Amino acid sequence: MRKTVLLRLGACAAAGSLALSACGSRSASTTSTGASAVTVTIAFDAPLSTSASSVGIGMENSAQLAVDLANKNGEVPGVTFKLEAKDDQSTPAIGAQNATAFTSDASVVGVVGPYNSSVAQSMQPIFQSAGLVEVSPANTNPTLTMGTDWQTAPKRQYPVYFRTITTDATQGPYAADYAVKKLGIKKVFYIDDGLTYGAGLAATFVEEFTKDGGAVLGHQQVTDGQTDFSAVVAAVKASGANAVYYGGQYAEAGPLKKQLVAAGFTGDMIAGDAVKDPTFVQLAGPAASNATTYVTSDGVPPGGTAAGQAYVSAYNSELSAGKFGNSQAYGTFGPFAYSAAWAIIEAVKAAKAANGGTLPSGTALRAAVVKAMAGVDFQGPTGEVAFNQYGDDVDQAVTMNEVENGAFTAIYTGKIS
Amino acid sequence: MTFTYLLQLLEDGVVLGAIYGLIAIGYTMVYGIVQLINFAHGDIFMLGGFASLAVYAWVTPLQHISVWLALPVMLAAGVLTSVLAAVGAERFAYRPLRTAPRLAPLITAIGLSIAIEQFVRLVYPVHAAGGVTYGVGAPVAFPGLPGRAFSIGGVLIQRADVFTVGVAIVCMAALSLYVKRSRTGRAMRATAQDPDTARLMGIDTDKVIVAAFALGGALAAVACLTQGLHDGQLSFDMGFLAGLKAFTAAVLGGIGDINGAMLGGVVLGVVQSLATGGLVKIPVLAQYGGGAWQDVWAFVVLILVLLIRPQGLLGRRVTDRA
Repeated sequence: MRKTVLLRLGACAAAGSLALSACGSRSASTTSTGASAVTVTIAFDAPLSTSASSVGIGMENSAQLAVDLANKNGEVPGVTFKLEAKDDQSTPAIGAQNATAFTSDASVVGVVGPYNSSVAQSMQPIFQSAGLVEVSPANTNPTLTMGTDWQTAPKRQYPVYFRTITTDATQGPYAADYAVKKLGIKKVFYIDDGLTYGAGLAATFVEEFTKDGGAVLGHQQVTDGQTDFSAVVAAVKASGANAVYYGGQYAEAGPLKKQLVAAGFTGDMIAGDAVKDPTFVQLAGPAASNATTYVTSDGVPPGGTAAGQAYVSAYNSELSAGKFGNSQAYGTFGPFAYSAAWAIIEAVKAAKAANGGTLPSGTALRAAVVKAMAGVDFQGPTGEVAFNQYGDDVDQAVTMNEVENGAFTAIYTGKIS
Repeated sequence: MTFTYLLQLLEDGVVLGAIYGLIAIGYTMVYGIVQLINFAHGDIFMLGGFASLAVYAWVTPLQHISVWLALPVMLAAGVLTSVLAAVGAERFAYRPLRTAPRLAPLITAIGLSIAIEQFVRLVYPVHAAGGVTYGVGAPVAFPGLPGRAFSIGGVLIQRADVFTVGVAIVCMAALSLYVKRSRTGRAMRATAQDPDTARLMGIDTDKVIVAAFALGGALAAVACLTQGLHDGQLSFDMGFLAGLKAFTAAVLGGIGDINGAMLGGVVLGVVQSLATGGLVKIPVLAQYGGGAWQDVWAFVVLILVLLIRPQGLLGRRVTDRA
């Protein structure tokens, strides 16, 4: 009897010690100051499964494209870049776990991501305490860079956080101005999904809409993952609004639009950049291609600039060559993810130059990259990439898109008067 | 809030409730006979829906005829898949644990639920333009029923709603008849009442349990088909929330009672619909309405009912079996 107990305890101890030894941190790649190539990791975080995955995978492919091009062209001599991607399933808790994993990996010099503003809120403090630069291609909530009082007293929240995308401070009001001045909409019913991005965007829209003289006839909040909107649709119809503004993701916007049209609602739906995805058109069905869906997107369409066209052709050639391992198109946020990854590459290049031609090693590398990021300036697929004192991109262009014949088409860019 | 608006909300609630009820029957039947909360049932529901969609997507002739005509084929495929999954789960996951402590099959059910979800997420073949891609992370579109909605007295009734309620009524009637009149139905009622005596009476309780799982699975597949038609989409994680709500409905109506499951479902659906659409119209309570609070109200109703009537709406007060 005692022997079996000892045997069991011994087996447990052996298994436990083996497991613990396996849990040791990965040995960091050598950052020798010699002539041998150094491998530097760019981390990536976005939802790669669950409802927003088609966006996340397009972004991952774009970041991979940037890394591949940098390695192919020898962008930073003596440095090889590597992408490490993690899935956050749009969940803040998982995002925080991924952030901790990235900060403890010594070869990571920068992070591209996340996609959801709510996930970013949980990751920012972790990156700040590790001094690891974070460039988001898709967080649009203004509070992330300028604080909760961003309209009256903006204050930089986290010096390591940057983003290549236009914020909702511009996007929401742009949609409101377009609705009132170009579409002649005076009565709107707004719906949001209660999350940081959706609720924030809808709030900026509503504020500008009322300033322009429009009337807000009602508000409903849905939950992400909701697929049955019958009560919401009934409320919209009962209010007599002639347009609906939706702040949230395409996975809910699609069925919402479909159910609105099925219930006989003839007004327009206006939404933000997270809805601009081909999956939206699939989910909403032919109803969405009735030229009644207007969606704002950030930046200028990639086909409009030389850098944009180069990106599109490089992406499509790598896609058809099977280099990505999936068949996901770049989507709305792909170009921004490419810009974000490229910004980190440029920052590494600048850090190396500032250190007299050799790449700093250890923790000094991360600090040097953060410092260099403030001075990055290049032409990305969606416009100029350079950061202001809050970490936002200086190029805050917004484009209005409309669904025509089953696809999103850009219809207006530039100032609205 | 006008009367038409209230009727619209009620109509939406009943349709939602019918779907919850169909899933809840699966939970209640299995619990009534083996005292197991089959957490994998929500994912068997999801599996049935994806099977119907797969048949529609891969058998191209079906896409050229009206969805109404394709429905029987899709239904058959969905029901077959769900029944196989449910019976397989019973045979390989739950039967070996019949004599184990109560916690073991519960944890197994949770594990099975996760396994089925991830299986669909990683392996479901999507007929993309270029070829076949495996895996569905994002929601996938589900075909809808053609035809405009009926407007009766200002209340808009979608064709999918008519189909849902009609199918729910037919299923309930068929199930009632089966349980009351057929041999296996009688055997089921006997096993639910007292399994040892039933076995002594010569009833093959194993067959009865398999029948319960199979029927539950079939109804879940029907429910997922109707949900797909109603919402226009399926996603691999739809089973979790639907299963949770359906289980709540089963408990609300009295666990172990089939009519209770459907009643609980309808009550839950109506409460959800009224909370989402109705409360926002009452000025004082407006902030407690809307999508964010719909689940809160549904569960508040559950708690109140259980406080006043612990056995549920239609349940019988039973003492624990020795």
